[in-house]
Amino acid sequence: MTITLTINGRRTTATIEPGERLSDLLRREGFMGVKIGCRAGDCGACAVLLDGRAVNSCLVFAAKADGAEVVTVEGLEREGRLHPVQEAFLDEGGIQCGYCTPGMVISAVDLLSRNPDPTEGEIRRALSGNLCRCTGYVKQIRAVQRAAAAMKGGGTDA
Amino acid sequence: MPERPEFTVVGKGERKVDGRALVTGKPVFVADVRLPDTLHVKLLGSPHAHARILSIDTSEAEAMPGVVCVLTHENTPPTRHTTAGQGYPEPSPYDARMFEDKVRFVGDRVAAVAAETEEIALAALKAIRVEYEELEPVLSIDDARRDGAPVIHDEEDSAGIYDADRNVVADVDIDVGDVSAGFDASDVIVETTCETQYAQHAPIEPHVVYSYLDNNGRLVLRTSTQVPFHARRIVAQTLGIPIRSVRVIKPRIGGGFGTKQEVLLEDVAGLVTLRTGRPAWVGLSRKEEFVASRTRHPMRVRVRLGAGSDGVLRAIEMEAVSNTGAYGAHGLTVLANAGSKTLPLYNKAPNVRFYGQAVYTNLPVAGAYRGYGATQGYFPLETAMDELAERLGIDPIELRRRNHVRVGETSPIFEKLGEGREGVEQTIKSCELERCLEIGAERIGWAEKRGKKLRDGPRVHGLGMTIVMQGSGIPRIDMAAATIKMNEDGSFNLLIGATDLGTGSDTILAQIAAEVLAVPLDRILVTSSDTDLTPFDVGAYASSTTYVSGTAVQRAAEKVRGQILEVASAVLGASAESLRLADESVVAPGGERMSLADVCLRAMYESDQFQIAATASCVPAESPPPFLANFAEVAVDTETGRVEVLHYVAAVDCGVAINPILAEGQMEGAIVNGIGYALTEEMLISSRGRVRNPSLFDYKIPGALDVPRLEVILVESYEPTGPMGAKSIGEVGINGPIPTIANAIYDAVGVRLRETPFTPERVLAAMREVTVA
Repeated sequence: MTITLTINGRRTTATIEPGERLSDLLRREGFMGVKIGCRAGDCGACAVLLDGRAVNSCLVFAAKADGAEVVTVEGLEREGRLHPVQEAFLDEGGIQCGYCTPGMVISAVDLLSRNPDPTEGEIRRALSGNLCRCTGYVKQIRAVQRAAAAMKGGGTDA
Repeated sequence: MPERPEFTVVGKGERKVDGRALVTGKPVFVADVRLPDTLHVKLLGSPHAHARILSIDTSEAEAMPGVVCVLTHENTPPTRHTTAGQGYPEPSPYDARMFEDKVRFVGDRVAAVAAETEEIALAALKAIRVEYEELEPVLSIDDARRDGAPVIHDEEDSAGIYDADRNVVADVDIDVGDVSAGFDASDVIVETTCETQYAQHAPIEPHVVYSYLDNNGRLVLRTSTQVPFHARRIVAQTLGIPIRSVRVIKPRIGGGFGTKQEVLLEDVAGLVTLRTGRPAWVGLSRKEEFVASRTRHPMRVRVRLGAGSDGVLRAIEMEAVSNTGAYGAHGLTVLANAGSKTLPLYNKAPNVRFYGQAVYTNLPVAGAYRGYGATQGYFPLETAMDELAERLGIDPIELRRRNHVRVGETSPIFEKLGEGREGVEQTIKSCELERCLEIGAERIGWAEKRGKKLRDGPRVHGLGMTIVMQGSGIPRIDMAAATIKMNEDGSFNLLIGATDLGTGSDTILAQIAAEVLAVPLDRILVTSSDTDLTPFDVGAYASSTTYVSGTAVQRAAEKVRGQILEVASAVLGASAESLRLADESVVAPGGERMSLADVCLRAMYESDQFQIAATASCVPAESPPPFLANFAEVAVDTETGRVEVLHYVAAVDCGVAINPILAEGQMEGAIVNGIGYALTEEMLISSRGRVRNPSLFDYKIPGALDVPRLEVILVESYEPTGPMGAKSIGEVGINGPIPTIANAIYDAVGVRLRETPFTPERVLAAMREVTVA
């Protein structure tokens, strides 16, 4: 079947297999920022924004994205400028191997779009679906706090 | 301690050099790049823990449309090798074949299918008919060691197994002084036996390899490995092809923690490509990663301590039995490290014995895992120290103070027990354990909270502490090399075999080069881990990279600096010795300057032309340990048995932290991995040897909600033998959580947990036992 969706602001028409996962479609379309860690919704490495909300794209049928707006980590940059969450992950050392990073960043962007001033507990909850084996989460949590502060101060269109 | 020089780039929390690519989702991992015409390879795993393959019929699978190649023991090289990516000759036995007519654990490799799509490959696996003769499985350490146990490695052509007939992979026995005399002379003796579980590394990226032929017909393996050079050597050995016909490239990889120190899939991908001429992709599913990659060696370790009433140790005896699973990868060395990385910490004991064995079972295969045996050894050692403190009526911190190794001291264990053979003598030249203890005790509130059994509802709080160490590389075995060449804008290419698994080693090695060459970090362009382009390095294991590879980089940079000064000397009219580098320039004593760009332009185009470049190597003469004091506050729920870590303080001496943010990150990640290992992580195995929880849903690694308040304090020292005063920090953090949490549980509720993980069931059972007693 054929679906039409918007990926990172670009309207795309794709032919999909019945039962195909959104994660597989996105990778097939070249969005390699969508990582595969379990294909079971346990690790969160494949998280993307689907109509503005973070989802594990391995648990979403591609067909369900027909007419939807999808943002992957590749779509967060604006005119060569990183999203404040991305900047904060770089500055705070929230990235080690980087395999969980795209999903983690997507979850943080989703959180801050709904809650610009989250508590540490709210940040932990928002990131709890994204497993990271490298960092121990300390610096990722701090990165989200830093991004929240930056976004309040600086004003971005995220 | 020696003076720390003033640094410009070193000691700064610079952004990772690969950070921007990672945070924007660039296609930098193995699975992100595919050539057209790629074959998908899937593996058939054994359903039995122990069986002989009587026959294997692949005709139906081979006849399926889209199936291109099927590999079994009948059509693949029978070379015995080890999958352990260690230096040559490897201290692990040659007991593995690519495929074999015997399977030794559930999930052991039986066949591989390469097909046009993954679906076809999976369907073809189901069409392979295998007739097995089931053999009695060996499913525990005790089972393996009993008389008349089935022999797991009964083949004739394995090599390097200590006693195959008795399922013993390795045997270690070393003695210093006279332990029985030491115990006789002791006022107090404690003995404790602890057991650790099967645990998994669980990198978020499972093992994956992509292979193809380059335009000259050479085999290229883009692989998620910690050991590109060992992988090249072992693949060549296994497939019977020259090393020169293989190129291994490690792109970014999604974590390793030791499991990618194994050469697991490269041989299969490579052989498919050589047979078909086509690119081939092999990636483990999460389930396969749990079942058929590698695990931490489960161990049973007994420790006996004897001390005088003064609290000074007179004797230590440690006996370890390690379960290496179906193959002996790292069997000897992990066993040896349970002693060699723990016992030198308490060098006041004049009488020390370490002995033990690693045994085969028909269970998942163990391998290298961050901490590498030390983690298993510290559990009983630090538990016994806590018991000893109580028996002596001495504060646990004070007991450590009276016994831990100090600057200017040595331990005979360094020399007696090395990496599966004799070790290397060394004197400790940096150790800030005293300050670590002081700072840690203050941060956790030791004086106020210890022994107070603070209640909060049904929960009781307790405090525990431990000290641990590791090493910095394998002395006189590890080797690292670095090449630096200069470009005419004053930038430099840094070519290193060192392998960044996400640790940030590309970044800290670039910081070292930038420091020596007096340039900002972005003038150092890093290319790493490509066996064609970068010089040799053993790879990322044994906490070697910062110390060993870092020294190689520093030496290469110093050589390049020397060449730069020579070139500038002719122009500036001053002797090279009188010149120095600062702010991307050569500076003469009178203040005249020549920019690095001008130096390189002159060398390339103007006079006595040559490429400013140098290669340097490092084989370390010693392995200075990083030292760590751990403190934890836990709350134990007396109704449910649930243990929560409320606050964890880790004060660590890693010498100079080349990049403090990355050094903290190493500690934080290792500690959280250790907390998972202590509390929730356990591979459950059925009575037939099958892993029952092969998913990240059923095998619980910590998430963001599970992490306590975690404070890492870098207590700086200056290691005179290290690059820029640094020691390595990659592993030491994981040794702390198990015994620290166990000791805190004891402080809270008075029970000793001697089996990991400390699940609510085990805690409750232990509490009941105490109540009944």
